[in-house]
Amino acid sequence: MSVTGAEIMVKCLEKQGVKVLFGYPGAAICPFYDALRDSSIRHVLVRQEQNAGHAASGYARASGKVGVCVVTSGPGATNLITAIASAYMDSIPIVAITGQVRSDLLGRDVFQEVDITGACEPFTKYSYLVKRTADLPRVFREAFHIASTGRPGPVLIDIPVDVQQQSIERFSYPDKVDIIGYKPSLNGHAVQIQRAAEAIKKASRPVICAGGGVFSAKAVEELRALVNETGIPTVCTMMGIGALPTAHPLNLGMLGTHGVKGANTAIHQADLILLCGARVGDRAMAAPDQIAKHAKIIHIDIDPAEIGKNMPAAIPIVGDLKLVLEKLRADVREAGVTCPADWVQACMAAKEPYTRHFSTSLVNPKALIGLLSDRLREDSILVADVGQNQIWSANHYQVKKGRFLTSGGMGTMGYSVPAAIGAKMACPDRQVVAVCGDGSFQMQFMELATLCCQGLDLKIIVMTNHRLGMVRELQDNGYGGRQSGVDLAGSPDFIKLAEAYGIPGLRISSDAQAEGTVEALLNAPGPFLLECQVDEKEPSL
Amino acid sequence: MKTTLSVMVENHAGVLSKVVGLFSRRGFNIDSLAVGETEDSTISRITIVVDGDEHMVEQIEKQLNKVIPVIKVKSLVEGKYISRMLTFFKVSFAASRRSELMKIAELMGARIVDVSKSTLTLEFTDTAERTETLESLLKPYGIKEVVRTGAIAIEKGEAVTRSQKRQKGPEDAAYIA
Repeated sequence: MSVTGAEIMVKCLEKQGVKVLFGYPGAAICPFYDALRDSSIRHVLVRQEQNAGHAASGYARASGKVGVCVVTSGPGATNLITAIASAYMDSIPIVAITGQVRSDLLGRDVFQEVDITGACEPFTKYSYLVKRTADLPRVFREAFHIASTGRPGPVLIDIPVDVQQQSIERFSYPDKVDIIGYKPSLNGHAVQIQRAAEAIKKASRPVICAGGGVFSAKAVEELRALVNETGIPTVCTMMGIGALPTAHPLNLGMLGTHGVKGANTAIHQADLILLCGARVGDRAMAAPDQIAKHAKIIHIDIDPAEIGKNMPAAIPIVGDLKLVLEKLRADVREAGVTCPADWVQACMAAKEPYTRHFSTSLVNPKALIGLLSDRLREDSILVADVGQNQIWSANHYQVKKGRFLTSGGMGTMGYSVPAAIGAKMACPDRQVVAVCGDGSFQMQFMELATLCCQGLDLKIIVMTNHRLGMVRELQDNGYGGRQSGVDLAGSPDFIKLAEAYGIPGLRISSDAQAEGTVEALLNAPGPFLLECQVDEKEPSL
Repeated sequence: MKTTLSVMVENHAGVLSKVVGLFSRRGFNIDSLAVGETEDSTISRITIVVDGDEHMVEQIEKQLNKVIPVIKVKSLVEGKYISRMLTFFKVSFAASRRSELMKIAELMGARIVDVSKSTLTLEFTDTAERTETLESLLKPYGIKEVVRTGAIAIEKGEAVTRSQKRQKGPEDAAYIA
């Protein structure tokens, strides 16, 4: 019995255990959509292709599995680019499937043709342009393998419409992958790990820096065990927030440009820094060479190219963080490492106590995020957008057993709602909240339709200051207060907008109203939109 | 500092663009590049001469290794390999100086592959350094055109740059959701 390429694509996804697909159809992907009707895979129709990618990203991060999105050729594919690039920068495993024009017409600039594999080359982990139907099973098998192993990342599969239509004799799915040039090293070098343990023992001011790799490697437990074992103060990058519970006594908070004083002071005074799945991005460490001058750097990463890229490492360890931290913990235990008490005390003293800064008028966004943290269940997922709302959320959301998700590397506005949709579909039993500003909300509010259509209980908080606040702040501080292009005049009434979708909402303009409305937000049986009026002068920090 | 990299890649469409794109994207400088099939027809070798300090060369190697169809990257050690490039020089000359030119060609070991009334084309296969020497000798006569390949290189002695697999991977079944 022969099978078509489109049927093979669906079967491959089923074989990979894909349950949910985020997409938007078009002519060049129609054979696949036709075959999808006969599958139990749930298709989520987004309202713009970029959001299919962000939703797949949110799904991947919340579930620990590969997220999948499907769009058509040409504009469908180019709309997806920002989402692919965002996933690449944050090392999120997604498989993006794009339809393509007929293979015999490739290169002739026909209707809705675009060289999407070429366009995405710089920010995909790998990409395929499939020319033969018979190659589909191998390509899908490899794509899921590449996306999810080593340093995770997006893989693109571009499939011409005729390749989807043609049939082959029978379908068989390869059970093994063998890519000669792709064999990530997982086990860290034992001698290097031993050296790291010895260096940690000798250090008088050690600091652990946890990055997004802690989540990619599913090494949260191992990291926490190492911190508890050694008592070493720990800082997080934005992608690493939640690697240690916010309230953990040794958690000094987020470092970097928008980080907290305690974390930055510790990093600058440290004589040893243990980088765990952190790529030393410029927002985390603006002058890594300066820091490396007085601190011995131990860098653990699965991607050898990250080690030494932005910061020289004295002890490089290439490997899977989960495996490396396990061994390192055994080695430090054997070596009998305890972090010097005076250093821990100094770190604690530099840590600013968690205080609520209440505004005199309007809603204090930092306090609101703090309040939300208190009310949310322990395992909740908060998805922050980009702009001031991201920094307020990063520094004031108290992660307990849940997650903090955001577009860290790319800083992509419009990430929160679609990513939250993906996260909620992955974890329907957990509370999921998207936090955004009035700028970023207007880049994504078409997705309110998606969450209505899917019946998702998603809560949305919009911080309204009628400005692109982060840029306004930059212009105030760096351009003599000459505000340019940051006034959001013309924005609609968000509560009425939500109502138009059948989503209840509330607007508050003072801290006094906050307490009751956060309750209302979280107790609402379905989706809910809370708009918080924020002072336009409110700083990020 | 110039470094010669021997890069073994899977021999299929699009691989070269993945490798070259990486150089422009990350601001690495390519001095020359040559591609060709190896003893195994499924594998090609790209010989790249790069110009950069130690840190840059290390990054180039690491970034190249991340490209999935790249099988192996080897930075060749100075003095431990033989490198050659092929160059054509089309030189114009006055009839009176033809014998002088032919002497230079003979002295340097260049072959005369084409002659016209006023031009002489030399084929020269040698190191970058000796090619430069020949070029400077020919310059006074008037070089009309130079066509050169990128350098290719092979290790001395019994050493070979083989496409052996990198460290063994995990049982990948564990990585499937």
